[in-house]
Amino acid sequence: MLRRLALPCAVLVVLGLVVASLLTGGYDIDLHSLLHDPEARRMFLISRVPRTLALILAAAAMAVSGVIMQMLVQNRFVEPTTTGTAEWSALGVLLLTLVAPGAPVLVKMACAAVFAFVGSVLFLSLLGRLALRSQVIVPIVGIMLGAVVGAVTTYIASSANLMQTLPAWRSGGFSSVVKGTYEPLWVVGVLVVVLYAVADRITIAGLGRDMAVSLGLSYRRILYLGLAMVALATGVTSIVVGFLPFLGLVVPNLVSMVRGDDVRSNLPWAVLGGVALLTVCDLIGRTVVAPLEIPASVILGAVGAVIFLSLILRRFARGGAVHA
Amino acid sequence: MIEFRDLVKSYGDRTVLGPVSGRIEEGGITSLIGPNGAGKSTLLTLLGRLAAPTSGTVLLDGTDVHRTPSAEMARRLAILRQDNHFTARVTVRELVAFGRFPHSRGRLTAEDHEHIDRALGFLDLGDLAGRYLDQLSGGQRQRAYVAMVLAQDTRYALLDEPLNNLDIKHAVRMMEQLRSAADELNKTVVLVVHDINIAAGYSDHIIALRDGAIVANGTPAELMDPDLLTRIFDTPVQVHEVDGRPLAVHHR
Repeated sequence: MLRRLALPCAVLVVLGLVVASLLTGGYDIDLHSLLHDPEARRMFLISRVPRTLALILAAAAMAVSGVIMQMLVQNRFVEPTTTGTAEWSALGVLLLTLVAPGAPVLVKMACAAVFAFVGSVLFLSLLGRLALRSQVIVPIVGIMLGAVVGAVTTYIASSANLMQTLPAWRSGGFSSVVKGTYEPLWVVGVLVVVLYAVADRITIAGLGRDMAVSLGLSYRRILYLGLAMVALATGVTSIVVGFLPFLGLVVPNLVSMVRGDDVRSNLPWAVLGGVALLTVCDLIGRTVVAPLEIPASVILGAVGAVIFLSLILRRFARGGAVHA
Repeated sequence: MIEFRDLVKSYGDRTVLGPVSGRIEEGGITSLIGPNGAGKSTLLTLLGRLAAPTSGTVLLDGTDVHRTPSAEMARRLAILRQDNHFTARVTVRELVAFGRFPHSRGRLTAEDHEHIDRALGFLDLGDLAGRYLDQLSGGQRQRAYVAMVLAQDTRYALLDEPLNNLDIKHAVRMMEQLRSAADELNKTVVLVVHDINIAAGYSDHIIALRDGAIVANGTPAELMDPDLLTRIFDTPVQVHEVDGRPLAVHHR
């Protein structure tokens, strides 16, 4: 009984957070003004709704990316910001800005995704050459790789006098999201549906290559499909809102602890958990220093790091942790 | 019948197996034995299409294992290896259910559930069905993986060292379960086993490898020869008869 009510309850909680997000902000918009004031309604549709939708979609993108990567790499500590994937997408967009400054957003998206994909494949081939592949080494390699790519990106940006475009990239804020800027994120909705369809394959890949082959799957195809989905999700999120650290780590790990790793049945939980965490971070960022704003990613970094550390410690405390 | 012809596996200029040829008859248990590095697991891996041979072919009932679509092969042959450094948090039942993937593509039917229940029962996993793999002992996990292979319901099941991590009681129990899988469910089971006495006690056929070559091939009675075993393992081995069964003794 409790189990059956859990999901509807979670949906209600997240809906509450979404409504709170819609009603928070610089302009006084409430139910009354929405019904009677056309100007308030206009602001609501231009700014509040896009911002909240962007929150939901970006959170889903990162949570889902974390789930996919953790199963494919067979490591609990990987997600786009600990594997260099996000940094590669930033490099891609910077290079595109150099070559074709006025490129339409769809081209930017594709470019970011292609770079993210190439970066992930590079990361995996690097892992393949490592003799030592403990659970902790893998993300360290990824973070170092990301730092190198990030340094190169910064160097190019500073020599081309494009530094001012980078912070916007990395701040992971939602303050600039308005109607007309967030729409590429709808791609994430498509990705979630695709993931639901291939969920079993991703779980099986998480059981290992040999298991996947024995069950008649093409491991390589699943791997590349999964990486492509992560690359697209990361690329589009980077373009619209920037990096969102830790979300892809914290949420899938929490879900895995409570419900295991079955990707299909976990999918709604990963999405809801991601939306809840990011919405809360965004709400905190918008209210503590109002009328100014702290980017959601900063709050996420702080909150996420604490949750994540406690997760690691808990796993260690249970014993056999680094392997589990 | 699995027939392999002129199988070779090399990494660079180092050849770890072959050329070897032979066949594994349908039905019963065939064990691959030999010292470390003899090429047992490599041979099993090639037979089970987990790796492509450098040269040579593997035919399963006449069709080329490496050229048949993997999804089709998965309904005829299952292979289980031990290389999991990462344990996904799936329940035993979920794991065994994945064994049905080649048949159901993820949409389980009533028939699939029957197979799952039977496999769980066959390996005494009924009480553990709801547990996560990372909450199990090594031996329990091993049984869960074997149950998954049984649920896959293939005629051929290839298992790489299924007795790893098992104590005496569980090793014997596992061999008895595999024996009944062969006898009652008509499976053809191929194993890599380290314990020569276990191999002799439960197998119908034994293939012995050494230095990447097949050095002996026959019934347990034929293989349990002190000179032959001494040569295979490069260690003095005596064979004594205990209760009418040959028993290899290789230490004090």
